[in-house]
Order: sequence, then C-alpha cells, then structure tokens
Amino acid sequence: MVIAGRANNALYVYALNKRAQQLGLHPGQPLANARAMIENLPVVPADEKADLTLLEGIADWCDRFTPLVSVDAPDGLLLDISGVAHLFGGEAAMLQHVREKIASQGFAVQAAIAGTSLAARALARYAGSTIAPSGADRAVIAPLPIAALDCGEDKLRALKRAGLKTIAQVAERGRAELTARLGMDFLTRLHVMLGAEEKPLTPRRPLPDLSAAHRFAEPIVTQDVISKSLHALSIALAEALERQGQGLRLLEAVFFRADGKVQRIAIRTGAPLRDPGIMLRLLNQRLDALADPVDPGFGFDLIRLEASIAEETHPAEASFDADENARWQIAYLADRLSARFGEHRVQRFVPQDTHIPEAQSIAVPAQDRDFDGVWTRKRRESDPPLRPLRMLEKPEEIHFVAASVPDGPPARFQWRQCSHDVVRAEGPERIALEWWRENPHKRLIPSSERLRRIKLKLLPDPVPPSRDYFRVETRAGLRFWVYREGQHLHNDLAPRWYLHGMFA
Amino acid sequence: MNKSEKLADLRHFLADYALPSDRPSVSLGCPAADAVLGGGLRRGAVHEVFANDWGASGFAACLAVMAAGSKPLFWIRPDYEALEYGALSATGLLELGGDPRNLFLLRAPNAADALSATADILACPHAGAVVLELCGAPRSLDLVASRRLTLLAEESGVTLFVLREGAAPEPSAAVTRWQVKSLASDPQDDDWGSPRFHARLTRHRLGNLGDFTMQWDSEHGIFHQAAAHSGAVVSAPADRPVETPLQRRA
Repeated sequence: MVIAGRANNALYVYALNKRAQQLGLHPGQPLANARAMIENLPVVPADEKADLTLLEGIADWCDRFTPLVSVDAPDGLLLDISGVAHLFGGEAAMLQHVREKIASQGFAVQAAIAGTSLAARALARYAGSTIAPSGADRAVIAPLPIAALDCGEDKLRALKRAGLKTIAQVAERGRAELTARLGMDFLTRLHVMLGAEEKPLTPRRPLPDLSAAHRFAEPIVTQDVISKSLHALSIALAEALERQGQGLRLLEAVFFRADGKVQRIAIRTGAPLRDPGIMLRLLNQRLDALADPVDPGFGFDLIRLEASIAEETHPAEASFDADENARWQIAYLADRLSARFGEHRVQRFVPQDTHIPEAQSIAVPAQDRDFDGVWTRKRRESDPPLRPLRMLEKPEEIHFVAASVPDGPPARFQWRQCSHDVVRAEGPERIALEWWRENPHKRLIPSSERLRRIKLKLLPDPVPPSRDYFRVETRAGLRFWVYREGQHLHNDLAPRWYLHGMFA
Repeated sequence: MNKSEKLADLRHFLADYALPSDRPSVSLGCPAADAVLGGGLRRGAVHEVFANDWGASGFAACLAVMAAGSKPLFWIRPDYEALEYGALSATGLLELGGDPRNLFLLRAPNAADALSATADILACPHAGAVVLELCGAPRSLDLVASRRLTLLAEESGVTLFVLREGAAPEPSAAVTRWQVKSLASDPQDDDWGSPRFHARLTRHRLGNLGDFTMQWDSEHGIFHQAAAHSGAVVSAPADRPVETPLQRRA
C-alpha cells in the first residue's frame, strides 16, 4: 500500500509500507510509475494536516522528557536534553526509554543523540540509535552518506555529480570551493553538523520559570490520588517559589495520560501567588468548572505543575496592613471568579484618552494590573450627570423624529415601538469623530482622488460625520441621550437620529 | 406537648430567622425615608429594587454607590441583559459620583451562574456592595437562594442589591423591597436632569412602609427629599394590584 501526496500538481508516492518497498517502490516516485509497476496498487491520499497534528500530539507528550521540544516537520522531533539525561539514568538509558515509550504506542521510531540538532537529526535518519560521544560528533557524522546532509535535491545532485559520496569527502574540500558552488548556507550547515556551535532550539511553548512534577510507576486513575498528588505538587511548587522570593501569575497543570494524551490547564492570577492552599483551591475550582473534564482514561503517569510566569513578590503582600490585606483578598476573589467563568467575564474599567463616548472607558480583564488611568468627570459641581449610566453597545436608530427647529433637539421620537414626547432637552454637544485616527477598515484614498470623487458624488465624504448629542427628558420622566448624525447639510438627505444611552 | 410549650418552641424556631437589630446602616439622606428605615438602609442585607424603566436601575446604582463607599462595587449581570437594558457605563457611574476604579463587572453566562457568583462575592467581607441585575423571573432565584444570599450577606456585612427588571415581586428573604419609577425633573429647576425617583417601599421586614420622592445629588453622593411633583404622578391602576408590572413588549 502507498500513500499518495501532491507536489507541483502531480501525484507522487509520499509514504509506503514494507510490502510496497519490497516490490521496488520508493518515496518520491511518481504515482503513475508506481501504478504501472504494480497492478491494483492500493493508494490512500496523504493528509498532511493530520500528520502534523499527530506530530504535535507526540511533541506534547514528549514534554515529559524535557520542556525543550521542537517539531521538525514532517516526521521528526528534536528534544534538547541538556542537563536532563541523568534523570533517566544517563543518555543511553534515556534514548532506550524514549524509543520504547514511543514504540509502545505503535510508532516506528529512530532516535539518536548528538551535540547539535542537525547532527542528531542526520544520525537518527541514517544511523539510528547512535549516541555521539560528547565533542566527537565529527567522527560519527563523517562516514554518513551525503543524503544525510539533507540539503535539497539540487545540491545533492551537484555533490553526486562531483563524485562525493560521504560527508567526510565533502568536508575535505576547500571552503572557498564549497561556498562558490553551493553557497554559504550549505557551508554553515556542514559545519554545524560536524560539531560547530548552533543556535538553540526554539521551544514550542515558553519555558516555565519553575515546575514540580510527579512521575508514577503505575498510572493513577482515582480522583483521590490525583488530588493528593496535586496537593503535594502545589506545596513543592510553593516552596520553590518561596526560595526564589517569587509568586506565580500563571499556573499550569499538565496531565500526561498513559496513552499519550496530554491535557493542560492554565490559571491566571491577579497578584503573585505562592500559597499552596489557594493554588489548590483555584485548581480544583477550575477542574470542576471544565466543560470537558480532565479524563484520566487509563490513568495519568505524570502530573506536573508549572509556574509559567513568576514574578517578584512585594514584601508588602505578607504585611499585616489592613488595606493591603483587603486588596489582596479582592484580587484573590477576582482570581477565583476568573477561574470559574473565564477571565474575559470578570472585568474592570480603564479610562481612555478620547472623547468618543463609547470608547472613553474600556473593560479589561480584572486580572490585568494597571488601573492607574485618570478619570475625569464631564460635569461641573452643580451639574446633573452629563453621561448616561447605561449605554447601548450599538446606538439604535430612532424613528419619526420631529424636531422643532432643523438643527434643534427632537420634540418627539419613536424607539422600540414606543413613542416618547420630549419635554426638556439640552444640547447640542457636538462630538466630531476623530478623523486623525486612521480607520483600519478603510483604505486611505489620496486626497486629490477623494476630492474628485466627492465632487462627482461618486463617494460620500469618507470622514465620518460628527454627532450632535442631546440630553432629553420625556414626559414620563425618562432621560435619554440621543444624537443626530451629521447636520442638515445642503444635500437633501434627512439626518439620522440614534439613541445611545439612558440616564438614571 | 401542650399549647404553651408549642408556642415557646415555635418562638424559639422563629428566633433563628429574626434579624439582629444592631447592624450599621447607610443613611439615604432623605429624612422621611431614613425615619421609616430606622436610620438608613441596613448593611449586610439583601435589598430588592423592582424597576420597570431604565432610569429606575439608576436607583440601585445610587444605593450601591452609597453602600460600597470606598470599597469595591461588584456589578453582576447575565450576558443577555446588556442588549435590552444597555451596558453599564463606567463614565456614567463616574458622573453619578461613583468611583470607576472600584467597579468590577461580572458578565455571567446565565442567571444561575450570576447567583452563584453573587454568593462568592458576598462571602468576601472586603467587598463593599453587590448589584445583581436580573431580567424577568429566573427559576434559580427562589426563596432558598434568596435566603442563602441573606445569610451570606449577614455574615460578611456586604450589602446586596437585587435589581429586578420587568419582573413581578415574589416571595423572598430580602429586608426591603423597593418599587421604583423615574420621575421628570422639577419644572422650576434649571439644572434639570439629576436622577429623580419615586420610590415606594413595599416591603420592610424591620418596620413601616412608605412612599418617597427622592432626588440624587451626584456631587455629595446622597439623596435629597424632593418636593412632591406638581406634574403628572402615576396613579394607582384600577385593574391590577400596584405591584404587577405592565407586560413588556417583546
């Protein structure tokens, strides 16, 4: 059986099983050729997206070995195991362990360890299960075939034509010669592969500042054991934070299931936290609130708590100051609510420097920290409130507006099928929309072109019309904030009226 | 068990439900209302505000601003509420004399969640006041829930205002219940537009009922007694009890 992929608008053999290999097919072969060779060849279309998802899944799972995992698409993973191998009994034992664990899930694995990721990659593909002794990458890599350089079809052909068969032969050639023929990139690649310095792996997710993990010999299933483990982990993490004088702002719990599934739960906190009791309560609250509960399936074999973002704690947080304590309690309350309902649902307000009414304050998650903006009141001392207590998210158009004078306030209007008689009104308060701020949705038209279009009436003026706001009181005692969009201009379009807010 | 024993037993049982009378209170600033309330609105208790127009929800906001003082004010509303009644505006609260820096808004997915969040906040004595805004008559707000909120408020001293919009009163454990309507400004007043309410105290577990006309003073954060309005005052409906609201149009 073969899997067919598409490249340059032609089908080719993307991957194949052993049997197909024995019949003389090979990856990269045009599918038509393969079909010509074998009658009734079963073909399955490739699903590269699913492959990548699977690879990402395995990468998540490999997080148990080291936090530095990076995906080497389409079929490789790179793990930086610097300073980790001793936890698994040395490099050889770790390699064995990783291979067995992945193979036990039904994958074919080739793995190798070397000083650089490129070298390890070449070894894994062309000399499986090799461990390059520290500092001796060159000796192990040199005998590999040139294909292991993985430098692209063109360069490979060029090397072949030059009669070079192994990496050692390539390395013997002069620098200038190689650069001239194959480019600088190739040379760098070659040197890295032979043991030169390389830039570090880009991890798939930011490294946690601190973490604590429990590895279980037997996968654990019962809720009881899981909560006990979480309890112990939060204490361990709290101690580590304590030693560093830090508190966490983002707590992540990672559950590694024995069958390879990894579940990650993140909880933000509003203030640096290092109380294990609170950590545990936030965690439990979140776990209870999950729509898709953490399912142990066949059991977890590793549970890890990470302080993904940790911050210095201020000494004041441990103080007995009543105010400070109150603020702390409120922050904790906001954390709990955010853990339960989602952080976007628990909000506070930040003032903005604009005079557009709906943009004057924005609601932000209560767990953000900067609420220092300056709030300025609109009204003066003896004024009534000049801004409504409630604002419609989108101003609603009002109809049948009768205004006593053309640019004056409405005398009567209809909104939501109810007619309102205006007895008092104050205004207009003209609020021009901020033409100097660029509207990202509207591409700027050169001003000469704009003028031309306006003259030809091809386009309404792209500057948004100003709004004339009126504070009105109806006969029934309701107070509204309404505005007229634009003015009675020379054109004979009737202005549109909107209701924007309700006063108390 | 004879009659007197039974009676004593019953008294004892009811004592559990009685409210201790030594709670601090918030003076409304309107002498008539304060007199009826025995000095002011009770802190650490549940108060219900029934409103059938937008303005009336401002009454709850004013009360909450007073009760919260410099402590955090939590405003909880289910998601759909903002569509019908408009979203609470921080600048509007500032104009009313509140402090937006102390305002927390919680958008709950539904009424049941709003109630449980309210319970969480009431359990925290460092909160100042909570406004729970509910539209219609959610099934989750029953006598048990209301009793539970009362106990929590009692314990922590946090004052809860349940703002009911377009709803008919039903049994609850609230200490006071207000039926509020916004009033037009005084025709003689040039600085018109201050919130002005006709607030009817229709239930009071600790005393008498009353009927007040109040005007909010945004500068001092307090109510003033307003002269009874010379214009049209809502007269009692002939065809239905006072407390039954008009059916809202969909």
